[in-house]
Amino acid sequence: MSPNPNPNPNIKGNRLVITLLVCMFIIYNIFVYIGAQPKEMPIMSEKAIKGQQLYQDHNCTACHQLYGLGGYLGPDLTNVISATGKGEMYVKSFLNSGVKSMPKFNFTEEEKEAIVEYLSEVDKTGYFPNYEAEKKPNGWVKIKTKHK
Amino acid sequence: MKRISLLFIAMALLALLTGAMFGVLAGIQYIFPEFLKETMAFNKMRPFHVSTVVGWIILCATGGIYYYLQEELNTTLYSSRLLKMHFIVFVVCAIAVYISFATGKMGGREYMEYFPLITLPILIGWILFGINYFKTTLKQIQNWPVYLWMWGTGIVFMTYHFTEAHFWLIPYFRENFIKDFAVQWKSYGSFVGSWNMLVYGTSVFLMAKVKGNESVARGKKAFFFYFLGLFNLMLGWAHHSYIVPTVPWIRYLAYGVSMTEWIIFFSILRDWKKMLSADEKLKNNLSYQFLVSTEFWVCINLFIALLISIPYINYYTHGTHITVLHSMGTTIGINTSILLASVIFIVNRAMPQVTEQFKKQILSGFWILNISLFVFLCSLLWSGIKRSIWMYFSENPVPFGSMQEDLQSVMYVFLLSGLGILTGLLFVAFPLLKRGILPLTKK
Ligand code: HEM
Ligand code: HEM
Repeated sequence: MSPNPNPNPNIKGNRLVITLLVCMFIIYNIFVYIGAQPKEMPIMSEKAIKGQQLYQDHNCTACHQLYGLGGYLGPDLTNVISATGKGEMYVKSFLNSGVKSMPKFNFTEEEKEAIVEYLSEVDKTGYFPNYEAEKKPNGWVKIKTKHK
Repeated sequence: MKRISLLFIAMALLALLTGAMFGVLAGIQYIFPEFLKETMAFNKMRPFHVSTVVGWIILCATGGIYYYLQEELNTTLYSSRLLKMHFIVFVVCAIAVYISFATGKMGGREYMEYFPLITLPILIGWILFGINYFKTTLKQIQNWPVYLWMWGTGIVFMTYHFTEAHFWLIPYFRENFIKDFAVQWKSYGSFVGSWNMLVYGTSVFLMAKVKGNESVARGKKAFFFYFLGLFNLMLGWAHHSYIVPTVPWIRYLAYGVSMTEWIIFFSILRDWKKMLSADEKLKNNLSYQFLVSTEFWVCINLFIALLISIPYINYYTHGTHITVLHSMGTTIGINTSILLASVIFIVNRAMPQVTEQFKKQILSGFWILNISLFVFLCSLLWSGIKRSIWMYFSENPVPFGSMQEDLQSVMYVFLLSGLGILTGLLFVAFPLLKRGILPLTKK
């Protein structure tokens, strides 16, 4: 490498900034990994985790969102269990129907139950859309929650 | 070993064209739900599209870095064996990912939808890259310009956040839905930030080379923006999840941190004039043209990104196609433009007769791409607004299917402009691949 035409005098300063940033990042990560979820939220049941696995195995996230995150071809499913006019039976009837662009799956009754359990437990964590959120003049939105 | 770096780029260009084609097929499925439903429904098509285009970004940046280290920065690579291994590992992973999608053996986490075991070799590839990069640069280059910092940061954080994206395999995370969800989106946000380090590093490198002026890569300002970017990479991710009931401080912090990027926005606006008044020789440089179009897209996309990072606005745009407008706007307008500039730069240095011969075609492609992209993004904006109105402002609940049908006509515009993007990309990337990069790998 040829000698540098324009040496950067700030090497020490740059190293200091990066060290500080990385230290801060490590502490931040620990806080997030331990405390991201409000304490009162229950852990998922085994059955729900099995349902989540089925949701992943069939890549439902490609079309459906939870809390607005996912692909956009299908509707959001965060509160599909508690929504008026929808619920368990409604979800179950969709699963093997192959309606519109939704693939025709072959879930057994037990698998359908597990998926419904997963979606019910997701439903209990909060709201989307969060219609009763409070919008503040500083741009912040205080969302309505189900747990402290 | 120049050859292997060029093979990375060849594979990247192939991924770009294939990925855009999958995008068009996915677009057709938006309009005709039965299209390829039996063989490749949207739950397979979307990962084929998204993973392939992300592959383009990562492979092209990686190949470029290896190439520039050897050819432009005159270092001797620490180990050509590691480079070879890295390439082979990534080729095998790419094949494995495709098999996993085609056979439906999914991992099913957004953006990482392949079978989770494939993560392991991908991770090994990143570690090989890291070892080779740092062993090469730390010894041979004393006083690092900012792009070397950015590339190094990109590799380290990519490796970390890629690992983090798989924390869901650990029960401690998986049993706690909101924690798991938060960490999942934390990793994605920072993952994108990491590949941006690789790509923006490339952009700074190119600017310095094309202008023949290293000061863009060394001054206080360059480092200030690098640190600001890193700060955002670390703490900004929660703007993806303002609406998710995590503990509020995480989201509050992300709001504050994201707003610091207004500094970048205003700085670009200030420098805009300088860019347009560049001398004729620069304006004639093809790479420079792509970099100028990047600045234009950075301006538009950063403005939109900053708006949707304000929780009040995000409340209405989240969960609509406005997010897709942002993600494709940035990955095509910004990342793809920079990386095409990089490929043109490489071909131009090694075989100037090729860029000269195809200059007209590449320029037509450039305009087709950029104009189509503009229309494409407008159609996504329109769909997003419609979906938002459906979610928040319609009196009687309209069924999802009817809202979707209402979007049909906009989706035709989306599809046609998507075809335009594919055409533009073909015009630009095909000659670069066939007449530039591939012959170069044989030299
Ligand atoms: C280089 C070119 C392209 C890049 C880098 C790119 C990138 C992306 C990315 C990152 C996503 C994920 C969006 C998100 O999760 O928010 C996406 C989704 C998508 N893209 Fe592209 N894209 C490209 C070209 C195209 C083209 C030409 C089309 C054709 C119409 C297209 C159609 C789609 C569709 C339909 C989706 C799924 C949206 C949904 O979830 O509903 N893309 N693309
Ligand atoms: C080249 C730069 C960037 C790229 C490639 C990029 C890419 C992406 C992608 C792929 C997503 C989609 C995630 C999803 O599917 O929900 C996303 C979401 C988002 N990005 Fe970026 N991004 C960039 C820069 C920025 C910047 C600078 C900001 C803010 C200052 C930002 C703010 C956001 C926000 C708020 C969302 C979430 C939208 C929502 O879901 O409500 N992005 N970005």
